[in-house]
Amino acid sequence: MNAWLYVGIFIALSLFFPALLAVLGLILGPRRPNPIKTDTYECGLETVGETWVQFKVQYYLFALVFLIFDVEVVFLYPWAVAYHALPLYGVIEGVIFVVMLAAALVYAWRKGALEWS
Amino acid sequence: MGILSQPIGVIAEWLRNLLLGWGLSQGLTTVLLYLLGGAVVAILVQTWVIFLIWYERKLIGRIQDRLGPNRVGPYGLLQPFADFIKIMTKEVIVPSGADKPLYFWGPILMDAGVLMLWAVIPLMPMVGMDLNVAALYTIAVGGFATLGILLSGWSSNNKFALVSAIRTVAQMVSYEVPTVLALLIPVLLAGTMSLHGIVAAQHVWYIVFAPLAFLIYFVASVAENGRSPFDLMEAESEIVAGFHIEYSGMVFAIFYVADFLHAFTIGALAAVLFLGGWRGPGAESFPLLGFVYLWIKAFAVYFVGVWVRGTVPRVRVDQLMNFSWKFLTPLALILLVLTAVLDHFVFGLGAWTRALSHLLMNIVVAVAVLRYLEHHEKVRASRRPMVAQPGQYPVARPPRPTVAENPTEAAS
Amino acid sequence: MTAMQIIFLLTAVVTLVSALRVVTTPNMIHAALWLVTTLVGVAVLYVLLSASFLAVAQVVIYVGAIAILMMFVIMLTRREMRDRGPQTGKQWPWAAVLAVLLFGGLVWMVQSVGLAAAPVGEVPQTAIADLGKALVSPNGFVIPFEVASVLLLAALIGAVYVAWTRRHS
Repeated sequence: MNAWLYVGIFIALSLFFPALLAVLGLILGPRRPNPIKTDTYECGLETVGETWVQFKVQYYLFALVFLIFDVEVVFLYPWAVAYHALPLYGVIEGVIFVVMLAAALVYAWRKGALEWS
Repeated sequence: MGILSQPIGVIAEWLRNLLLGWGLSQGLTTVLLYLLGGAVVAILVQTWVIFLIWYERKLIGRIQDRLGPNRVGPYGLLQPFADFIKIMTKEVIVPSGADKPLYFWGPILMDAGVLMLWAVIPLMPMVGMDLNVAALYTIAVGGFATLGILLSGWSSNNKFALVSAIRTVAQMVSYEVPTVLALLIPVLLAGTMSLHGIVAAQHVWYIVFAPLAFLIYFVASVAENGRSPFDLMEAESEIVAGFHIEYSGMVFAIFYVADFLHAFTIGALAAVLFLGGWRGPGAESFPLLGFVYLWIKAFAVYFVGVWVRGTVPRVRVDQLMNFSWKFLTPLALILLVLTAVLDHFVFGLGAWTRALSHLLMNIVVAVAVLRYLEHHEKVRASRRPMVAQPGQYPVARPPRPTVAENPTEAAS
Repeated sequence: MTAMQIIFLLTAVVTLVSALRVVTTPNMIHAALWLVTTLVGVAVLYVLLSASFLAVAQVVIYVGAIAILMMFVIMLTRREMRDRGPQTGKQWPWAAVLAVLLFGGLVWMVQSVGLAAAPVGEVPQTAIADLGKALVSPNGFVIPFEVASVLLLAALIGAVYVAWTRRHS
């Protein structure tokens, strides 16, 4: 619990320091906004239309495959920590788990979900 | 307990007695001491970044056969200070239509995401809090940096910033998978998630056990940081500075500081996980020496990162994604399975026997992968006919027919 | 009031207020961010219960993957971020009555079982190693462990299938 107290204090500090820098920048710099300066940057041209992005399903697929693998790896961490106390079938079970998810990767690969086109 | 053999312990004890003597309760004393310790580490790390900026500019300059900054101060040492003062006094132009609170939270979260890592890195033996899930904690705080990038891109109210932010996050997320998988290997070998425990278990450095895991971790972390050769998302020629287009002045400096600090933090983490952390001759009796060793090792890894940055050209976006999903992730999975199975059988043997058997397995895997890549490249090259015109280099595709080879002309 | 109680109350208040803001704010991106705050609050609650592994797993999966996925989808599909309609539907009095009844029922149930007074057990040092052993031992959770991998495989196949047909349509 003491370790988490230290980590919590450190997290608060690490949020505080950049905030301090940002506030410093706001105080020390001049503040003279005018419509030209605050206009959206578009390489010198006028902005046409709303700010939105064409939906490309690749972005979603990458995030989804990442989510699946993230959950898998979180399952594997306790197994890795307990590793040296496990008998052989414990090892085999972990390997089966990894192989199932390798199969998932191969499936996504073959179906073309990992292409960036 | 002399001052040299236990410096932090002695200072902490003295401070604690001082605070207790002033009548503060035990709990408050603990909180204040943690606050002080944390502030010291955070300030140390932030000021170190100033030196890093100078060092990197000099080194990149030398790699590119030029001198780097050398006007401001001896050898240009005062250059980063000058830059810092300049950028502090520049105007922070908040774009119209930007979501004000999100606009400022973006860079703050991104910088915080890197600083938070320093809470768990073991700087010295017997010092610092031993968080028992530190390895996974390093992944957790990476999520905050990713969130910060998304917020910055979105709140700038700029199409380019948003597209760039989304692509950058897609890149970061793709490279997080090999990072987490490669991180599993030191955890498996040491049997604990705590970074202090991993350093304590490295009687033989883990880079000898698993050089491939070190390479995967290093490359994937550099890619997650967005440094060259993976800096497509921030490249000026590609998408005009990416998700921090609309940031100027100090808030832009926060991004810059976060970038450099992350590069060094990668070095520190790689040193802790694979290079033995603070281990070295005499580190147990003189903890400060351990700190020096850690810093040197972290700096060495950072140096390699800067070296790669100055040497290798940028990769294309589809090469980027393929490299992570189709090469690093399968390699990490194969390595994980083989390490797990091998370690079960060699765990009981001596430290060096275990290390060398793992090293042998890594070499076998590396050779097999290289052979496979060669074979794969030959197969692909055989599908692309190489046609040579007289006096020219062979090209991969047959050239377009010239006027003389036009069928209608030839037929008539 | 011990320090733990103060920290718990603060965390609980922050989590509840964030959860409320998730459903009341008209801006979808803000809603996603309030959700992130709620999830982090839950992680802090796990820490207070000495479940460190669950706390970091919560942040890694929920904040690092699910919140990012949600924000991707929101940013890529919604042109207009603000919800223009009224915040409450026409049936809101009935919904409020149902919510109060549900809350009352839960409070009564917790009190009658005595959960609030039960002492929190001591978490051993080897908690994560024990979890790992339990996950693969035949007397433990090995079947759910393997079924989880099959479930993840199925989720991936389903998602790729749905998105793939979209791509080619």
